[in-house]
Amino acid sequence: MKLTGAQALIKSLEMEGVEVMFGLPGGAILPVYDPIIDSSIRHILVRHEQGAGHMAEGYAHVTGRPGVAMVTSGPAATNIVTPLCDAYMDSIPMVVITGQVAYSSIGSDAFQECDTTGITMSVTKHNWLVTGAQEIPQVVKEAFHIASTGRPGPVLIDVPKDVSNQLMDWYWPDTVELPGYKPTTKGHPRQIKEAAQLLLGSRQPVIYAGGGILKARAAEALRELAELTGIHVVTTLMARGAFPDDHPLCLGMPGMHGNYTAVTSMQQADLLIALGSRFDDRVTGKVDGFAPAAKIIHVDVDPAELGKVRRPDVPIVGDCRLVIEELVTAVRDLLAGGVEPADCSAWNERIDGWRAKYPLAYEPPAEGDALKPQMVLEHLRDSTPDDTIVVSGVGQHQMWASQYWQFNHPYTWVNSGGLGTMGFAVPAAIGAKVGRPDRMVWAVDGDGCFQMTAQELVTASSERIPVKIAILNNAYLGMVRQWQEMFYDERYSEVYLSPDLPDYVKWAEAMGCVGLRAETPEDIQPVIDKANEIDDRPVVVDFRTDSREKVYPMVPAGQSNDAIVVPPFQEGRHGEGGH
Amino acid sequence: MAPPQKHHILSVLVENKAGVLARVASLFARRGFNIFSLAVAPTDDERFSRITIVVDVEATSVEQITKQLNKLINVVRISELDPADSVERELLLATVRADPAQRGQVIELVQIFEGRILAVGTDVLTVSLEGAPAKVDDFEELLRPYGIVELQRTGRVALPKLVRRPRPRALRAS
Repeated sequence: MKLTGAQALIKSLEMEGVEVMFGLPGGAILPVYDPIIDSSIRHILVRHEQGAGHMAEGYAHVTGRPGVAMVTSGPAATNIVTPLCDAYMDSIPMVVITGQVAYSSIGSDAFQECDTTGITMSVTKHNWLVTGAQEIPQVVKEAFHIASTGRPGPVLIDVPKDVSNQLMDWYWPDTVELPGYKPTTKGHPRQIKEAAQLLLGSRQPVIYAGGGILKARAAEALRELAELTGIHVVTTLMARGAFPDDHPLCLGMPGMHGNYTAVTSMQQADLLIALGSRFDDRVTGKVDGFAPAAKIIHVDVDPAELGKVRRPDVPIVGDCRLVIEELVTAVRDLLAGGVEPADCSAWNERIDGWRAKYPLAYEPPAEGDALKPQMVLEHLRDSTPDDTIVVSGVGQHQMWASQYWQFNHPYTWVNSGGLGTMGFAVPAAIGAKVGRPDRMVWAVDGDGCFQMTAQELVTASSERIPVKIAILNNAYLGMVRQWQEMFYDERYSEVYLSPDLPDYVKWAEAMGCVGLRAETPEDIQPVIDKANEIDDRPVVVDFRTDSREKVYPMVPAGQSNDAIVVPPFQEGRHGEGGH
Repeated sequence: MAPPQKHHILSVLVENKAGVLARVASLFARRGFNIFSLAVAPTDDERFSRITIVVDVEATSVEQITKQLNKLINVVRISELDPADSVERELLLATVRADPAQRGQVIELVQIFEGRILAVGTDVLTVSLEGAPAKVDDFEELLRPYGIVELQRTGRVALPKLVRRPRPRALRAS
């Protein structure tokens, strides 16, 4: 069967089981847009290519399947570099297809030409410049394989226009031939046994669960391990929901804005069991001062993470789910063989003491004050189904959402952790809703973030994707403001945005959404209830929040986690674990 | 120029595909690893090329470099060659001033080092030398006073020494 390269590309995507793709056509990708008309794949037309990339990420986050985005050459390709880098940092499987000028014109500075594979080399797991239509099925097969196996990540296929128009003999490869790509999935049995012994022999252990748990579909296995051993679990920003917040062993989020107990228990642990986490600087603070007495068991599918930041005592390369399951078996064997686990009761008491003394808390608003963002989140949390998907941008609102939401299920939290991409929330929420139309999807966004990608709500309206956006509108680039207040003598430089320019309600309405606003504590609940009732179009709620509110606790940048700063009203609670 | 005190030789087998060298170079740039020298050529199997990289391991651990390199899809295998356990060779080409008064001395120097004279001009000679990097360093140093017009070195290539000991460790992580 003869097909054009373009037809072969779309057919290959169908063969890979792609149901939806996000994109925007243009000159060099025109041939590939023609067969889309006849394809079973749903195409969602975005308003900016960055939106296509973040939608694909949001889709991948909640479904576990690679998100697919397709855009043209030149400026479209450069516009999708941010989502590629974002997905690379957070290990999100994504396949991006870009158009390219005709192969014969490459290097001539043709219209809308750019060196897409060169530009994206360092932000993709791999990329391809297709040189002939006959390669297309093989490349697509390899692309999906690489994106979704091992440590997942984004890949890019650059397709020159003349290649799209070439004829090829259709085939579909059964296998991929990649001599340099064979991810290790099964952990080394001896290392696993050693880990099990260390785990049972420790008096102050903490499980440090990262995003790898979610990538490996290992939430169930993690729960089994924690319950078997009684070891507490911290869930990093990328792992929120990987272990239920309502579980008694859950300590919540560690790191720069982690809660006191999560931060301090890691700091004072004698053993950290790092599962799919990467000792990110936002978790460790100053590396030299991080968990100084702790031995480290480090499990990761990417061997390069082991020893990159902190040298593990027991390194285990492998898929988190498989390794944890083996670890559970090894622990059971040891227990059955009569090994007595170390006594952790004193440690557990200390943890309970920190929890009681330093819970996450904020001061309620005084009469006439603006809304407290934490209060908005508590209302939202308590008024939505338990399995609601929450998507956030980057900044204060992201930290509050991570802190104050109760994530009791995996794949209910979508955010930009590694790259910290402002503007992530709106398009990622749209992608998440496309992936899980059965779930309620709330984006929690900041006013600064919202202005970066809000135009994608036009996409959501026209495609009838009923996402809900809560803007915590404090009229500032809030996190930057917080740093200027705390570390730059309250010299506020270029952070004021204004609460009503733009008018978010009118803007929402102009984009085909319902626009709502809450200004007083009494407004919060009715507005949320109203938003929750709307299921035929997107809703935007403008919550006017207090710009003076800061995210606590906080470990100042570059300092050890021992220097954790609690909110002012919790200071002076001296005693065990005080600072 | 002598390599850094602490250097390692990585012999990297890669797929012989367009852009592979750019991927390797880009990785070194992005991760802040230092390349001292780099040589690349096809192997006897046309599907693969071998890149020999001398890396400065004072700044970064060779372990982290090899692990990151291994993540490149086109990198098939990496062998780490300890300088003490490998044979290294390098090729030097140089055009040197050799007016009639000095020509004899330059020719003698080339003969002592077992180099070759490749071309003779009216007052210059183009010479070559293949050898262990230290020998090539010495040769270059001794040529310099005569006046080097142009000089090109290949960077080193290496293979493990044939001694009765285990083969070089393959660094693809277990």
